[in-house]
Amino acid sequence: MAEGEALEIVAGGTRSALGRPVDAPHRLDMSGLSGVLSYEPEELVLTVRPGTPLAEVEALLASRKQHLAFEPPCIDGLREKDVGTGQGTIGGVVATGFSGPRRPKAGAVRDHVLGIAAVSGRGETFVGGGKVVKNVTGYDIPKLMTGSHGTLAVFTEITLKVLPAPEETRTLLIEGMSSSQAVRAMTEVLQTAADASGACHLPQDLVLEGKPDDVSVTAFRLEGVRPSVEFRLARLHDLLAAAGPQRMLEGEASVAFWRGVRDVTPLSGDANRTLWRLSVPPAQGAEVLERIEKRIPRSRAMLDWGGGLIWLEPAAAADVSSSLACEEKIRGAIQEGHAMLVRAPADVRRTVNVFHPQPPALAALSNRVDLQFDPKLVLNPGRMYSGI
Amino acid sequence: MLMPEPDPVILSRRADLVARLREVVPDGVIEDEESRRAYEQDALTAYRQMPMLVVLPSSTKEVAAVLRICNSLGVKVVPRGAGTSLSGGALPLADGVVVGLARLSKILDIDYDNRTVTCQPGVTNLAISRAVDARGFYYAPDPSSQIACTIGGNIAENSGGVHCLKYGLTTNNVLGIELVTMSGDVLRIGGKHFDAEGYDLLGVLTGSEGLLGIVTEVTVRILPKPETARALLVGFASNEDAGATVAAIIGAGIIPAGMEMMDKPAIHAAEAFVKVGYPLDVEALLIVELDGPAAEVDYLCGKVTALAQSHGAVSCRMSTSEPERLAFWAGRKAAFPAVGRISPDYLCMDGTIPRRALPAVLSRLRELEHEFGLRVANVFHAGDGNLHPLILFDSNQPGELERAEGFGAAILRLCVEVGGVLTGEHGVGVEKRDLMSEQFSESDLAHQQRLKCAFDPSGLLNPGKVFPVLHRCAELGRVHVHQGKLAFPDIPRF
Repeated sequence: MAEGEALEIVAGGTRSALGRPVDAPHRLDMSGLSGVLSYEPEELVLTVRPGTPLAEVEALLASRKQHLAFEPPCIDGLREKDVGTGQGTIGGVVATGFSGPRRPKAGAVRDHVLGIAAVSGRGETFVGGGKVVKNVTGYDIPKLMTGSHGTLAVFTEITLKVLPAPEETRTLLIEGMSSSQAVRAMTEVLQTAADASGACHLPQDLVLEGKPDDVSVTAFRLEGVRPSVEFRLARLHDLLAAAGPQRMLEGEASVAFWRGVRDVTPLSGDANRTLWRLSVPPAQGAEVLERIEKRIPRSRAMLDWGGGLIWLEPAAAADVSSSLACEEKIRGAIQEGHAMLVRAPADVRRTVNVFHPQPPALAALSNRVDLQFDPKLVLNPGRMYSGI
Repeated sequence: MLMPEPDPVILSRRADLVARLREVVPDGVIEDEESRRAYEQDALTAYRQMPMLVVLPSSTKEVAAVLRICNSLGVKVVPRGAGTSLSGGALPLADGVVVGLARLSKILDIDYDNRTVTCQPGVTNLAISRAVDARGFYYAPDPSSQIACTIGGNIAENSGGVHCLKYGLTTNNVLGIELVTMSGDVLRIGGKHFDAEGYDLLGVLTGSEGLLGIVTEVTVRILPKPETARALLVGFASNEDAGATVAAIIGAGIIPAGMEMMDKPAIHAAEAFVKVGYPLDVEALLIVELDGPAAEVDYLCGKVTALAQSHGAVSCRMSTSEPERLAFWAGRKAAFPAVGRISPDYLCMDGTIPRRALPAVLSRLRELEHEFGLRVANVFHAGDGNLHPLILFDSNQPGELERAEGFGAAILRLCVEVGGVLTGEHGVGVEKRDLMSEQFSESDLAHQQRLKCAFDPSGLLNPGKVFPVLHRCAELGRVHVHQGKLAFPDIPRF
């Protein structure tokens, strides 16, 4: 290929339709750069090649009763036709930086990326961070790379902090709350030492395994050693006694429920709708949603992160003009936080701001950061913002 | 310590600069020598330098105006919080302006519903926890200097503390900042929501040691206080047994709130100082703290005790009251001053190692003691592998400081050799600056410095810290990068 020509970075392809479409004459397929380089459970450290399938990593960790605490989601419909192997990879997880329901308690992807080796857009190899769990030597380059959607560098090695998987998991479901009642209840629970590792709300029109039909559920997940989970569950049961009918999910049922929440399964059905992801102050989740519902009636949405994460499917066609109108209404409803267009046809992602627009000074800084790592814009050009 | 050469032109324009700064911070420009002296060093007391000037702005607007002036005149700036840096991060420059953030000391907002506190950078770490204590909350990172160190300084250094194994470092607990860049732009990154949009500039700012911008507002997350905390005090006949116990605890899926280890010299120094009943006949002591609901703490204390006993513990005590728990910690928390009592001076090192390397590293340290003719006491954040060897010396003895520095460098090289890093929580600053090329190649450092160029293209913000060689941003663009490491140690760098 000619010097200076742009590359689209892919591996599994399961996130290739995430972000703005990349116009590049070449595709760099990282799926061959695969394999576990070292895993030391007692050190809580795992080093892998970026093309290693996520499923392989999760199975390896599970064999030693450990896990990736940030619960990386696998959202349907984010694979462009025939791109990649179809198996999500660690490189894709880190590059896109999405975290699951445990994020408020356990931290985001970026909190678990200890070190990277990579090739920058200059074609130079470099490392950042380290391979130990505590390190402040130099700038935290691994955080910069996490969620940079392959626009700064291509990973060749990723070191992750891994943690013991909880011994026990139980979920308490409260039925019939409205979204504003649910956010109030979640806020109250998260202010106690109940130490919930998940707090979400699914309205009645959304379907998920473990959730009764025709009724909304607000779910709280408790994890840890059995005596602790039992004690906290009893406490939670009392605290929420007046909130509505309660049900309990144990073991695999609880795990499956949160897998569904993590992967946004209730909103994965309709390919003719766009999917948005909003991050707002948790206690404002219901208000933001109400404002959006006023502007775009009959939209479907679920709340995670105690109200701080909104997955939204606006009731509008997935075409350019409807999506532009939705964008304005959605972003206009957010006072603090941001919104990302996660799932939409390519022409929509080309026109609508997929990532939340930044104020000019911050946008200029982001641009300067990009140009330092990738001065000729050869890596996933335009994936995040025009010119980045 | 070699610092960038003072610029005579800048020094000759000092009066002009004072006048310009007084226009924007009328009552906060410190000119006279006596008052400037208070700023000539931070907690890394081996190095001192009188700053050209000190400015104490009291608002974001004033910080921005000060930086705009310094940027336009080409004047270097050294940001400063409480001056508790252990790596010389706030060491002044002879031709530089120290920007002290002490006046920005207000808590602006406490939001229990979103579980956040928003405050100015000069608020102390402990003041945040105190402000929310009555409602049963706290701010988790707890560096030992928490009574004095500021949240702004914590962000600059990405400070840790004994509880960061379970609750994370500063970077894992900050949600948003307001930042002023060297050119005077005011940026807001993140807020009360999780995960800012775009590049993780918040992640990069945290731990950037004052080289990328000055933080003028901070939003941190607060947590409900655990209902119970209990500590175990476990003695071992060897460091190996203690190390194996730590690995076994983590291997069993237990992440304690804190897990600290002390070696024999540290145990003796601490016990002589605070008299809390540490066993003196053991080679290593572990303090393991578990927190949470009582049911959980009881259960885990039982498990940890059993693991310790099956790995050769020779003594084991569990705290039965809050005063007793605090007494267990008192010796560990007083380890530095305790060592200060038995030695006129000490250097505190801060490398992190993979925990499995601990026995090998400790026995190598014994050999180095003979080589350098100096003694070492070790305290160790055992859970996360962060080792603090305290090198005892007497600066009144000619050559001892230099020997201690040489010893320290040898220890940090050893940390890197076994797969670890130069600094776990104290920062690079000036102290470990010249060792950076032990851990990073020229290309690694060039990529880090290019990040700095995106924030501060003229290199005026805290130069002489972190990076062993100052490059102009233009020349970094062209520099021929190869895999060879910089020659170390002693070539002139500035």
